[in-house]
Amino acid sequence: MWRLLFHWLVTKPLMLLFVGLHVRNPERLPMTGPAIVVANHNSHADTVALTSLFPSRILHKVRPVAAADYFMSSKAMAWFSTRCMGILPFDRHARERGEDPLTGCIEALDRGCILILFPEGSRGEPERLQRFKKGICHLAKRRPEVPIVPVYLHGLGKVLPRGAFLPVPFFCDAFVGPPLADRPEDTDAFVEALEGAMAKLVEGTRFPEWD
Amino acid sequence: MIAGLRIDPTVAWALAALIVVLVVAEAAVIYLRRSKPERDWTELKLRIHSWWVIVIAGGIALVLNPIAVLVVLAVVSYLALKEYLSVVPTRRADRAVLLIAYLAIPTQWWWIAQEQYGFFIIWVPVYLFMVVPAMMVLRGEVSGFLRALGTLHWGLMLCVFAIGHVAYLFVLPEEGQAGPGGAGLLLLLLILTQGNDVAQYVWGRIFGRHKIAPSVSPNKTVEGFVGGLVITTIVAGLIGPLLAPLSWPMALWVGALMAVSGFFGDLTVSAVKRDIGIKDTGTLIPGHGGVLDRIDSLIFAAPLFFHFMRYFYY
Repeated sequence: MWRLLFHWLVTKPLMLLFVGLHVRNPERLPMTGPAIVVANHNSHADTVALTSLFPSRILHKVRPVAAADYFMSSKAMAWFSTRCMGILPFDRHARERGEDPLTGCIEALDRGCILILFPEGSRGEPERLQRFKKGICHLAKRRPEVPIVPVYLHGLGKVLPRGAFLPVPFFCDAFVGPPLADRPEDTDAFVEALEGAMAKLVEGTRFPEWD
Repeated sequence: MIAGLRIDPTVAWALAALIVVLVVAEAAVIYLRRSKPERDWTELKLRIHSWWVIVIAGGIALVLNPIAVLVVLAVVSYLALKEYLSVVPTRRADRAVLLIAYLAIPTQWWWIAQEQYGFFIIWVPVYLFMVVPAMMVLRGEVSGFLRALGTLHWGLMLCVFAIGHVAYLFVLPEEGQAGPGGAGLLLLLLILTQGNDVAQYVWGRIFGRHKIAPSVSPNKTVEGFVGGLVITTIVAGLIGPLLAPLSWPMALWVGALMAVSGFFGDLTVSAVKRDIGIKDTGTLIPGHGGVLDRIDSLIFAAPLFFHFMRYFYY
């Protein structure tokens, strides 16, 4: 209920009036789970932008995977993260305790959820792509039948970069790619294939300078 | 003319005439698709559909309420500025300055709604000319300073100052006077500049031989420009005296002025797009591109028309 309220009162108006998100190939977005949407990560606005692309009737299936140590750090934050954003908390330190960090993601996929994942880990330098982390490879290996759809986001790092409080309006773009066809077993090769697929989405596109 | 609204019969007729023009255009597209099915008419169809939306939304605003007209124009200004700032290079250090730049719109529209001509006319060229660099200096980033400052201020002149003139036109006539008033002036300006675009395009497509500015806009031809100039001048002579307190010789001058200034506004935005390396400034208006692509011919025409009318008639 909170999520729908947030969707209609905050996410949609924000994306429509304030940001103005232009989506290329929206038909490529998975509308049924299980599926994994991977995107580059520059801003908290990324999650809001990506969830805004899904219709409200399947919103409960859409789960952005987010670091538990940050998004569940306080009671208020945890309430907002889980109730309004519907995040799936990801424990970055599970492996140190000998636990399986992907259990939550696997369970959600088996329930037919659409996971939103940022393989860069945290928000990097705005509008610059960092190396992808390996978690996505393990997830892909354990659920090889689940499609992985890459989305390249541009501009949201300008709207609300890391460390900024006030958002500034800019038009933003989301480039949706076809499901990843090449999924090598080797983790390094997988990361490279995914990075290559992301880079291909914006091949030939010129973005204005921003630094 | 803010308080009390009556829809003037001339304005109503002008709106009806625009709808007739669109119906004719739709019929023309159907004919073209039948006679030349091998060519792709999708963009033309999208363009005309976008025109329907613009004419109907503008018509509703005109009938509804004068405030609605000002709000619509403020939104146009906002979208244009956002488009501009999204395609030009900007500096991360200037984020706060950009927010202030956006605030130029509600403040400028406040002067317009209050009919404070004195503040309206100097707000961007004097006050923001000072406030923007002052804020940038306080941010302390000197690398790329001149470029950032010049880019931002030119964008404000374009999207806030020039488009602000369209809005002020609406409140220019005294309240309570008979006649089409501000709505008439607004419609005349929009019909002449946008009609000139269409006339230029059509004449260029049919008779175009000699490129007029090949490095800036390869589609513009001398024949298109002259055709636009002739048609816009004639149309101005016909409808100018109806929609504005213009005698017909003066209306002819207005028509020529709009055709020439519209042409240069269009070319200027084209040159900016070439410089940046983009084709359209945005994707908001199907078939046309962005908001800036649609209003490019207004950037010089609106202030010129406004000051022409203000000097001679108000």
